Amino acid sequence: MTRRWNNPLRDPRDKRLPRIAGPSSLVIFGVTGDLSRKKLMPAIYDLAHRGLLPAGFSLIGFARREWEHQDFGEQVHDAVAEHARTPFRESVWNRLAEGIRFVQGSFDDDDAFDRLAQTVKDLDAERGTGGNTAFYLSIPPWAFPVVTKQLARCGLAESSEDVWRRVVIEKPFGHDLTSAKELNAVVNDVFPEESVFRIDHYLGKETVQNILALRFANQMFEPIWNANYVDHVQITMAEDIGLGGRAGYYEGIGAARDVIQNHLLQLLAFTAMEEPGSFAPKALRAEKVKVLGATKPVEPLDETTARGQYTGGWQGGKKVVGLLQEAGFAKDSITETYAAVTLEVQNRRWAGVPFYLRTGKRLGRRVTEVAVVFKRAPHLPFDTTSTEELGQNALVIRVQPDEGVTMRFGSKVPGTTMEVRDVTMDFGYGHSFTESSPEAYERLILDVLLGEPSLFPVNEEVELSWQILDPILEHWAKRGAPEPYQPGSWGPPSAEDMLTRSGRHWRRP
Amino acid sequence: MIIDLPSTTTSQLNKKLVELRERGGAVALGRVLTLVIAAEDDDQLEEAIDAANEASREHPSRVIVVAKGSRTAAPRIDGQIRVGGDAGASEVIVLRLYGPLAIQGQSAVVPLLLPDAPIVTWWPGGGPKAPAKDQLGQLAQRRITDSAAERNPIRALTARSRSYTDGDTDLAWTRLTNWRAQLVSALDLPPFDRITGASVTGEADSPSTELLAGWLAEYLKVPVKRVKTSSAQGIVSVAMERRSGTIELTRPDGRTGTLTQPNQPTRRIALQRRDTRDCLIEELRRLDPDEVYEAALNGLGKLSTRRKAGTGTKSTGTRSAAAKKTATKSKA
Repeated sequence: MTRRWNNPLRDPRDKRLPRIAGPSSLVIFGVTGDLSRKKLMPAIYDLAHRGLLPAGFSLIGFARREWEHQDFGEQVHDAVAEHARTPFRESVWNRLAEGIRFVQGSFDDDDAFDRLAQTVKDLDAERGTGGNTAFYLSIPPWAFPVVTKQLARCGLAESSEDVWRRVVIEKPFGHDLTSAKELNAVVNDVFPEESVFRIDHYLGKETVQNILALRFANQMFEPIWNANYVDHVQITMAEDIGLGGRAGYYEGIGAARDVIQNHLLQLLAFTAMEEPGSFAPKALRAEKVKVLGATKPVEPLDETTARGQYTGGWQGGKKVVGLLQEAGFAKDSITETYAAVTLEVQNRRWAGVPFYLRTGKRLGRRVTEVAVVFKRAPHLPFDTTSTEELGQNALVIRVQPDEGVTMRFGSKVPGTTMEVRDVTMDFGYGHSFTESSPEAYERLILDVLLGEPSLFPVNEEVELSWQILDPILEHWAKRGAPEPYQPGSWGPPSAEDMLTRSGRHWRRP
Repeated sequence: MIIDLPSTTTSQLNKKLVELRERGGAVALGRVLTLVIAAEDDDQLEEAIDAANEASREHPSRVIVVAKGSRTAAPRIDGQIRVGGDAGASEVIVLRLYGPLAIQGQSAVVPLLLPDAPIVTWWPGGGPKAPAKDQLGQLAQRRITDSAAERNPIRALTARSRSYTDGDTDLAWTRLTNWRAQLVSALDLPPFDRITGASVTGEADSPSTELLAGWLAEYLKVPVKRVKTSSAQGIVSVAMERRSGTIELTRPDGRTGTLTQPNQPTRRIALQRRDTRDCLIEELRRLDPDEVYEAALNGLGKLSTRRKAGTGTKSTGTRSAAAKKTATKSKA
């Protein structure tokens, strides 16, 4: 019956209609956390403001705090007022507030989960959520087994034909291949893989999705998107902040596990993958899995990787402390705050093209970008003096901030002599487009509620990523302390060496 | 920055734009479209420009405002260029046209259009009956009118439905999107019964209400009644009848909607009236012909009307499918 129903008002040509999620509710575990306050709650309000949430949408918070529904509602209110992207509107808020509930308890408290199950049931009766529920686990991974087991015990994890139950998990997805497999086993034990949504918020960003549009909707880029023309690719995610206050999460994890394993390898997959047969989630994932499966670290690791740890010093006019002085970190911590690796994609398209991935804290500025650097023209019919200042052509996809695409090429310097110098051509998503472009979390939460999995990495992608990174991590573990680097710089000297060995250099983003 | 160029020509304006770009860095690059605003030179002009500036945050554009001044004055163009803080993420060129020039706006606009970029013409106030035949409309791939801003909205809508050409659109239609989205998703849920009839209640001169009814008539292929009320502004309620009961979405206060479905709890939805800025952003998002709007215009001819007393009470009148009259003769 369900299959045969054709909604008479639906018309595929009707592109105005937003995708509104069906009746549903969202349960957030770890609702008192930073992420929940700064990202999730505002994103939910913004979705409501844009009219994308279903009538009767309900939000349930679960935490140990002794809160009443109203206290939690107040928390959400404050978070929304402070962090939401869209203007605060009383009428929108009131509708949302009607569906806000709070369940107090700890993760091992059977009673609390029974109350949660009851709340979900009540909301279906009161507000017509249909029992459809997404569980957002904004909690440390050690708590996953307890929580998923509790959900299973209360019958909250079972989907049926009419009712869906989904679980959303955040990084870290383990700290190596073995632990990732264990974690997947724990989660898949309760929720089948198609109900598991792993959030990598980078994939919710417009610019990342635009990589696919840029590559596959245009004719002018794809023909040169291969080893014949591309010299190398640099993927950078730099942050200017330090790790003050994040020791609990970061100590022993380090930059590679924190960023390269998920964000940067996903960016690599988007940049290097073959064209998918369609944009159906399955087809897209198949291509990503293929390209990640073909990606390997380049040996010898001593020469092709670099890691560093920031020291104290001056950054951007401010005196900052080194990692070893940050509260919570061991005085002899060997956690790296900068990591750079060289990877190769072993297929015909990319044979011989190094992919350099780097990430770090307390670097020059906050920036994330993918730079595809092209080979030099094989022959230059100019005097050598005219092209002295000509670099390599590059196409840079700026993921954040200042989203857009930059192209770098040579142009004649005005004057009587023929002199060619690098210039850039810029496409920005409007000067202040970021104000109106939806936050990554909005898109991803909506996708969870719609059950649209394209932008979420699957189990296999996570495990493949660890497979790529594990040999590097093992190698580093044997090497002792990382190399120190100045705050506000672009990383330790070894990072520079790793490129100069092959006559290349890092782009200054 | 606002630069006034009284009694000027388009080539002087162009020269000034290039000069500004060279002096202040890349201004006009990266624009995705040219938005031509055709309006009278009156108080509402600035409101329209503000809305366009806001919209430019999502759609970087060059905005050319054609403001028609006194027809009896000597022919003259007063130009004004706004960039930076005074123009959102766009650059605004205001052309005040006097005398015979006032009705020859396109001659002043053509030299200022961005190369290659699509052109959208928007009449924020009164617009032509046949937008595609208008001189400023002919330039554009997309023509945005606003029937609700006309002196006689329903008559304007009817005229436009007769002259519909691909690329036409109307803000009265854009204001409906949230309503339509809610109705569509309501039908996504069980029970999956066929709709047997529908009625749409709203202000007598609300073109959005007409279009909503027309859209339902066209897609549901059932008789749709258009009930007129003066109890509230704009659209007030929609009811879709099925064997299993009626789905009803009502918005008596212009802000909050209530969705009632059989066997389901009543749901409340934020359904406030949308401002021009919102509508314009949505309009500029797509530049291809809107076939669904065309279908809704088609549906206008299939409505049956019934006038209701000016109270806010619910309609319980007989629902006769035979009473097919055109909704368009109302208010005449």
